[in-house]
Amino acid sequence: MSQITPDVVEAHGLNSEEYERVLHALGREPNLVELGIFSVMWSEHCSYKSSRLHLKTLPTEAPWVICGPGENAGVIDIGDGPDGTKLAAIFKMESHNHPSYIEPYQGAATGVGGILRDVFTMGARPVANMNALRFGRPDHPKMKHLVRGVVAGIGGYGNCVGVPTVGGETNFHPAYDGNILVNAMTVGVADQSRIFYSAATGLGNPIVYVGSKTGRDGIHGATMASADFGEDSEAKRPTVQVGDPFTEKLLIEACLELMATDAIVAIQDMGAAGLTSSSVEMASKGGAGIRLDMNMVPCREEGMTPYEMMLSESQERMLMVLKPGKEPMAEAIFRKWELDFAVIGEVTDTGHMVLEFDGEVVCDIPLAPLADDAPLYDRPSAELAKPAPLADAPDSADPGADLLELMGGADLASRKWIWEQYDNQVGADTIAGPGGDAALVRVHGTRKALALTTDCTPRYCFADPYEGGKQAVAEAYRNISATGATPLAITNCLNFANPQRPEIMAQLTGCIAGMGQACRVLDFPVVSGNVSLYNESKATGGGSAILPTPAIGGVGLLQDYTRRASIAFKQAGEAIYLFGAEPWATPNAARGHLGQSLWLRELHGREDGPPPHVDLTLEKYQGEFIRELIAAGLVSAVHDVADGGLAVALAEMALAGGMGAEVTQHPNYTAAAWWFGEDQGRYVVTVPDMEAFQQQIAKGTRDADTASSGLRRIGTTGGDSLLGVTLDALRQAHEGFFKDWMED
Amino acid sequence: MGLRAAVITFPGSNCDRDMAVALEQVSGTAPLRVWHADATLPDRLDLIALPGGFSYGDYLRSGAMAATSPIMRAVVEAAGRGVPVLGVCNGFQVLTEAGLLPGALLRNAGQTFICRTVPLVVENSTSLFTAGYSAGQRIRIPVAHHDGNYFADDATLDRLEGEGRVAFRYVDTCNGSQRDIAGVLNEAGNVLGMMPHPERAVEDDHGGTDGRALFEAAIRQLA
Repeated sequence: MSQITPDVVEAHGLNSEEYERVLHALGREPNLVELGIFSVMWSEHCSYKSSRLHLKTLPTEAPWVICGPGENAGVIDIGDGPDGTKLAAIFKMESHNHPSYIEPYQGAATGVGGILRDVFTMGARPVANMNALRFGRPDHPKMKHLVRGVVAGIGGYGNCVGVPTVGGETNFHPAYDGNILVNAMTVGVADQSRIFYSAATGLGNPIVYVGSKTGRDGIHGATMASADFGEDSEAKRPTVQVGDPFTEKLLIEACLELMATDAIVAIQDMGAAGLTSSSVEMASKGGAGIRLDMNMVPCREEGMTPYEMMLSESQERMLMVLKPGKEPMAEAIFRKWELDFAVIGEVTDTGHMVLEFDGEVVCDIPLAPLADDAPLYDRPSAELAKPAPLADAPDSADPGADLLELMGGADLASRKWIWEQYDNQVGADTIAGPGGDAALVRVHGTRKALALTTDCTPRYCFADPYEGGKQAVAEAYRNISATGATPLAITNCLNFANPQRPEIMAQLTGCIAGMGQACRVLDFPVVSGNVSLYNESKATGGGSAILPTPAIGGVGLLQDYTRRASIAFKQAGEAIYLFGAEPWATPNAARGHLGQSLWLRELHGREDGPPPHVDLTLEKYQGEFIRELIAAGLVSAVHDVADGGLAVALAEMALAGGMGAEVTQHPNYTAAAWWFGEDQGRYVVTVPDMEAFQQQIAKGTRDADTASSGLRRIGTTGGDSLLGVTLDALRQAHEGFFKDWMED
Repeated sequence: MGLRAAVITFPGSNCDRDMAVALEQVSGTAPLRVWHADATLPDRLDLIALPGGFSYGDYLRSGAMAATSPIMRAVVEAAGRGVPVLGVCNGFQVLTEAGLLPGALLRNAGQTFICRTVPLVVENSTSLFTAGYSAGQRIRIPVAHHDGNYFADDATLDRLEGEGRVAFRYVDTCNGSQRDIAGVLNEAGNVLGMMPHPERAVEDDHGGTDGRALFEAAIRQLA
């Protein structure tokens, strides 16, 4: 065994204070295997040491939550399924940022593979993938390569495993030039009576390894993901794992086949930190011990050491605890699917993780101290100044021309080039794919559908973390409501820069506080999530931090998918209404309406002012009201107003429906504030039957809290233009961006 | 008597359930599910379907490994006896690799995976599978593939066209296929391979039902 010198400790990403904790936990010096295990378990990625204190403040409960954070994924009740079953939706989102910057195809592909395993390990058949992507400026020399690689990697993996990629979001900003974000989300459906957890129990029960063999790939991936990029990020390529979606597909089928029997006590995928984190977490959760015989671990290469086996991040592997005597039956299933199956150890009652290799004990770690002594930091946080009110807000001389420019810009251009590379239909249950507010995937064999969305507006979070955190959750709520579905719960992926800098810590705590407040008011709890810190790069000129990006993955439920809405204009001559907090009121000079708007950035090169305020009570009421209108069939098209404001929302509805509209500006607003302001809590709807609609509206608002909510007729569908711009020109601009960029 | 159909599952098939659901919805009878390692097919089959997906990960050539599966010997033999065989997407690739259909499916000309609903022209409206359409009819069916670029030498293409064995053609250039061919029939007309997915276009909620007529025609004639 190598000598444990301070250099070796530092190379494992542990500081001297943390190493003291290791010595305390063990009561002696570790050997290299043990040091490696402490290193990955106490990495930011696995231990959440900088974020844990703050994550605890997030609301995680609701009557429909079956399992909140802490397991492989979150679980919510979605009611009756076919044949008297009760169903659950199981979902989570996770980051694969650092690997994707180094090797975009494999980094993104294995991100998808990892999140799929988190979901099917709990007994769910994955039914949909989503993603949230942030790239740098399009003219950055690496960016085209990164976009191509990431998109191909997401498609390559998801398409092969046969899980439709039904939606997502993609933004561009120079803050991501040296550190792109790839967040992947999987949603699965399970029988509530067959949900599997990870707590290893039952003295003497066999511990079984299934899936692919272990290779030398990805060793120390979790530690890499917990450090910021130096100049040598290219040299880290060997720490990126390689994905094999074919094996993953077999693993899904084999696991689900075994899960239909009563053989499994506990199961956990081997994700970040591979065999180490899976075995430690299973034993810790079960309050048990674990003994593994490392000679039994299926290896891809000869001569692998226990250190390498424990830290390898080879993909497509799972660890299970079986009931005694079930091994032959389980093995037959995995052999049928041509997968490795090996009994590699047993559950013990020692409270220790003991690894044996060639007849010797190579690791003996007490599990309770490994958890109890884990570092937990309450890192100092700076006081961030609130953004100053927007001064000298410019106006728009030609809203039509501005709209055309926005629709053809990187952030609002059609993402068709991206999502046509994803099989968004496999399963034949996708009833609303990419391009709408939320994707809709039928719950097979029922009239229900899941509504799925990913949302975050990083520029709002940067300007005001608290409001930005609120907005990310509120937008997910709005996107789900706009389909007619009831928002149920969220997962999240909190992407931030180096938490050891107080201003970054302030972004993290501010966003979490805002998210928590929104989740509480909207009854939209957090059931799973992931934190990715140290997203900054020295490669682009020293300490350049990403924008704070708390990506939200929202899940909602439509009880009857025949009662749903889409964004497309349906018929000429229908009235267009704007639902909003103050659509008839006077403009609010204090807010200016255009702070942090895309219009201000794209047309005037300014990223200033406060982001729009989110009134959560109104948000909730608006959502409920919109859902009631959809369920009653009183609206024919619904779209929320988000990036780019009202004009962009209308343009998207027009392009989707192949039909223009006549709309008028509110006299109290400037053209810019009216057409391009990004005030929150707003929806555009079209009304096929005015009489029925007005009867419903005449019932009035529910209570005083919601009385300032309202609606305003703003126009009529029809024609082939919008704001004086033809749909052909809009479409050309909208679809031209990616085509021109990629074919250039 | 309902339709007695079989859907074959290879390791990596991922449209097998979708195909089974579509066959059951149209025929009223659930098809039999057959595992690739089986050496024999169920007896008295009316129809064999080879579904889409990525058999063996498409790691060699798409469909090449599946074509050597034990069950494929039985499928080739059944096709020779005149049992109708439908191969969709990866199933089409398997049929060409197994020698039941001429030509090969190469990587898309644009190099990227393509998922979109495309217009097709029905070229042959007399076969078992296409009799529900009229010649020249335009239908819309989704494609979702990386290797759908149909290739055969000119003599083979001429022969396919001359014998009316081009079943469907893309209206717009899609994946670089020779003569925009989207689906072909074997000489006897009982084997159809096509890249577009008719099983994804049988319900209103799929966004179109143009695939339904394919299943209806086959079932009408077989059941």
